[in-house]
Amino acid sequence: MNSMISFFKSSLGKKYLMAVTGILLFLFLIGHLIGNLQIFGPPELINQYAHFLHSKPLLVWGARLGLLLIVGIHISTAAQLTRENRQARPVAYAVPPVYGSSWQSRYMLVSGLVILAFIVYHLAHFTALLPGINGVGDFRRLETTLPGGEKGRDVYAMVVLGFQVWWVALFYLVAQGLLFVHLGHGLASMFQSLGFRNHVWAPRIAWFARGASTALLIGYAAIPAAIYLRLIGASHAEKAKHQLAVSPAGPRMFSIQTALSPLEADLSAETGKEAAK
Amino acid sequence: MKVTLKVWRQKNRHTPGHFASYQTPQLNPNMSFLEMLDVVNEDLASRGEEPIAFDHDCREGICGTCSLVINGKPHGPHRGVATCQTYLRSFKDGDEIIVEPFRARAFPLVKDLVVDRQAFDRIQHAGGFITVRTGSPPDANAIPVPKESADLAMDAAQCIGCGACVAACKNASAMLFVAAKVSHLGLLPQGQPERYRRVQAMVKQMDAEGFGACTVTGSCEAVCPKEITLDFIARMNRDYGVALLRGAPKKIAGGGA
Ligand code: HEM
Ligand code: FES
Repeated sequence: MNSMISFFKSSLGKKYLMAVTGILLFLFLIGHLIGNLQIFGPPELINQYAHFLHSKPLLVWGARLGLLLIVGIHISTAAQLTRENRQARPVAYAVPPVYGSSWQSRYMLVSGLVILAFIVYHLAHFTALLPGINGVGDFRRLETTLPGGEKGRDVYAMVVLGFQVWWVALFYLVAQGLLFVHLGHGLASMFQSLGFRNHVWAPRIAWFARGASTALLIGYAAIPAAIYLRLIGASHAEKAKHQLAVSPAGPRMFSIQTALSPLEADLSAETGKEAAK
Repeated sequence: MKVTLKVWRQKNRHTPGHFASYQTPQLNPNMSFLEMLDVVNEDLASRGEEPIAFDHDCREGICGTCSLVINGKPHGPHRGVATCQTYLRSFKDGDEIIVEPFRARAFPLVKDLVVDRQAFDRIQHAGGFITVRTGSPPDANAIPVPKESADLAMDAAQCIGCGACVAACKNASAMLFVAAKVSHLGLLPQGQPERYRRVQAMVKQMDAEGFGACTVTGSCEAVCPKEITLDFIARMNRDYGVALLRGAPKKIAGGGA
């Protein structure tokens, strides 16, 4: 146990932590993308998938806590490394030496922090369903009848309505761009940190990092882009939208106006006008 | 040719430093960078000014004593070349050249462009050797060494310990140096018995000296005058991981005999 602790306290051990948590997050990103790409199918597909996930609270909460732990380790180790790395050069150069290093590798902290901001927003947006931050309304009111006849949340309409808001779509796209930057370096670097690299594998690893980060970028960016360009889901969203305005009787329902800031009320009024045209 | 030098001047660790500009006397383009500094220093001395302190010894690229960050690049503009082997023909007449010392907390400044690189010696003392005497050169093939391992060990053994990797790294990390030393012995049969103890001891000392960690930017291999590659850092990371898995050696009960 002692040797474990001293291992993970060393500079090399911290890089092992970064790499292992990085791989796990990368695997999560692949799974999450496959789930999300169901938005390109009929509305029932992703709604049923969401219903399935919510019917397994143990699975969902296990995954959430696991992810929280992994992200926590990744970020706190990144913070420690950043602090130590800065302390290692107390006097800066007049001409910063940037020879041979890719800019992605020099901006890991910046790209990481934008991803963190995105994660917080994304959770508030589609997981906690905070009505005040999405520019549309209270997503909790969106309901649909599932193929099995049960009532369930209309996740399809939520995602489509969510990404029809230009600034939300833009923020998601920017975050995907920075994730691409982060992984363009990180996916190659993690092999190095774990000791899996030699002259034979170095070029293959570089290709893997480029390919995998590009594939994730295309996959994730396609969703807000296709929705914002009204390529998918516009008619379904139009039909679902009335639920946001007309509140069915229920104790936790409240008027949409109180939930929205004036700016966002403006925005939804705008989209309403457009829809009326 | 003539150039303008913008040089870091600092009397000692305890007084703040500053850049000073010097117009050089007439120079020969085939002078080495260090010979140019000699000429400038002679000129300074003749005017009663303090000469610029800089490190140098062999001046043929094999000892690792010369240093300097020249226009933001340790050891000057060329790949695989030390400062002492950098010539003025690589610069243009009238150029302004910015010369700074290697900057790292673990390399405290001594004077002007001279820094104290004893941290590297202490890392070597921690494990960069073979404890038993290996004797005089054995008969060829008495100890078989695969050709590939011998080649790689030679690549790593080229490290002259100049510290350019630290100077170039945005984290002032000494990984490339330590990786070269760990790999050089770890690839050879004589280095096997202490292989895992060595990597642990050297990494521990490296961390204690206050070097940063590796972000795998690749700056170090780009400036290394001996073109040591990042692959060696992966090799060190691998050995370090294996050392953890192997754990501490089994305790011997009874004290033997
Ligand atoms: C889905 C999210 C993320 C994934 C998939 C991811 C993945 C990775 C990977 C694979 C690495 C390379 C590890 C290595 O060099 O061994 C890395 C490094 C890094 N990550 Fe992340 N990361 C994510 C989120 C974040 C966040 C939120 C931060 C916030 C601060 C962050 C900060 C960093 C930093 C600073 C490094 C470089 C550490 C160093 O080499 O000095 N990452 N990341
Ligand atoms: S002075 Fe010996 S390597 Fe440059």
